[in-house]
Amino acid sequence: MSQVVIQFKNVVKAFGQQTILDHVDLTISSGKTTVIAGPSGQGKSVTMKLILGLLRPDSGRILVDGQDITVMRAKALNEVRTKFGVLFQGAALLDSLNVFANVALPLEERTKLGGEEIRARVLATLAQLGLTGHEEKYPAQLSGGMKKRVGLARALMLQPEIMLFDEPTTGLDPENSLEIYKLFLETQKKFGYTSIIVSHDIPKIFNLADQVILVNKGKFSTFASPEDIQLSKLPEIQAFVQYTMGKVYLSREME
Amino acid sequence: MIRYLEKIGSNIIMILEDLGRMGSFLALGLGGVFKRPFRFSAMIRQVRLIGADSFWVIFFVAGFTGMVLGLQGYYTLRKFGSEGALGSAVSLSLLRELGPVLTALMVTGRAGSAMCAEIGIMRNSEQLDALECMAIDPFRYLITPKFLATLISVPILTLFFNVVGIFGGYLAGCGLLGVNPGAYWAGMEQSVVNQDINMGIIKSFVFALLIVWICTGRGYFVHVIRGAGFGAEGVSKVTTQAVVLSSVAILVWDYLLTAILL
Repeated sequence: MSQVVIQFKNVVKAFGQQTILDHVDLTISSGKTTVIAGPSGQGKSVTMKLILGLLRPDSGRILVDGQDITVMRAKALNEVRTKFGVLFQGAALLDSLNVFANVALPLEERTKLGGEEIRARVLATLAQLGLTGHEEKYPAQLSGGMKKRVGLARALMLQPEIMLFDEPTTGLDPENSLEIYKLFLETQKKFGYTSIIVSHDIPKIFNLADQVILVNKGKFSTFASPEDIQLSKLPEIQAFVQYTMGKVYLSREME
Repeated sequence: MIRYLEKIGSNIIMILEDLGRMGSFLALGLGGVFKRPFRFSAMIRQVRLIGADSFWVIFFVAGFTGMVLGLQGYYTLRKFGSEGALGSAVSLSLLRELGPVLTALMVTGRAGSAMCAEIGIMRNSEQLDALECMAIDPFRYLITPKFLATLISVPILTLFFNVVGIFGGYLAGCGLLGVNPGAYWAGMEQSVVNQDINMGIIKSFVFALLIVWICTGRGYFVHVIRGAGFGAEGVSKVTTQAVVLSSVAILVWDYLLTAILL
């Protein structure tokens, strides 16, 4: 049985009068892919920020590898964060650094590797992600798909145990979206990381999932597969299915 | 009535929250000096951006400020037959007040606004979140080099301002209006004491801290400042706010420091 890497226990998070997450529980197992989906503004990104310790819950506990990150001090939290790699929605590349410097950043700041070793590793990763020849370019000179690939390269530099993908295909055309999914499958196979994907790309994204979490009105509904979602009797899930996944099987057949 | 009281209470809470945030931001910004590895090259780059790149702005502002002081001082002193005291009037005005204050206001407009906008954009485009996710302390990496660079640059620029301003006063007073050059320099030498120079330097350090604290802090918290808005509009509003707040803070602290140090 897989080891539990992330656990939410009775987590509550509100902003002002608006409760975003209302006493939710969540379990994510090692090596699996969890997709977090749901309508906009329902707490998907907040969930991701809670996992990363960028936000603290109002109550409840969040465990990463058994350690409660809600009560950790900054230094300990930084140690936990070294387990994570994150691909942000807009890639979040440092726009004053070129592609090489962006990808080298985690190695320069978090390891004691020498310049030559860093250079070799960065160039190898860039080559693996099809970015050879773009080392000197700045983020403003890259297309959306290339930015995501550079963001993925940077996230993978420290060989994270857990990868978080925030809307990895938003703003990309179908060809680039497919490219990102291919890279996801290849890199997960190579590094064996646990992945959490926050995405709107329904139903395609479900094809990658071992577990699906639907976020709606501050609650989590966990499903073992896309089929389970379609068979759900809950009215709000049925409404979501009708709106987003009506043609899920047809979509698969088309692919 | 209750709604009115609620609004007052809510505003007080907002101000206290803001003060708390900015207080801890100052502590973390300065505390970054003790975190290793120290980013020396980033600090030098910031010294260039904040200090060296302000050279010509400070040169022209200081030159013309000194010349205006020379002109005004000459015509005022002439009424009392004391044109010889021009050197003293120009140098004391510059060293104690105008040098530190005008340098700080120039740096606020030029570099403070740029720092605020840079950090604000980094916040909005999740670059600061990305640093935290890579377990890179944004204070050590980004904020502390700006703190140190401003604390180094502003006092040096102030001294430069004073020198150029004194020569500007000399040019207007002695070069154009015929004041005796010997009297100009002798007046300055007799009236200026170490305390005047120290006052200017202390002020410039305090102003530098105010500029970098307010400007980087407003940018850093662009996402939580109530009423700032989002995206580009949010950054533009907090940048304006940072420049106005810094300028007012400089003038308020100028009065306080003058009252304490005189």
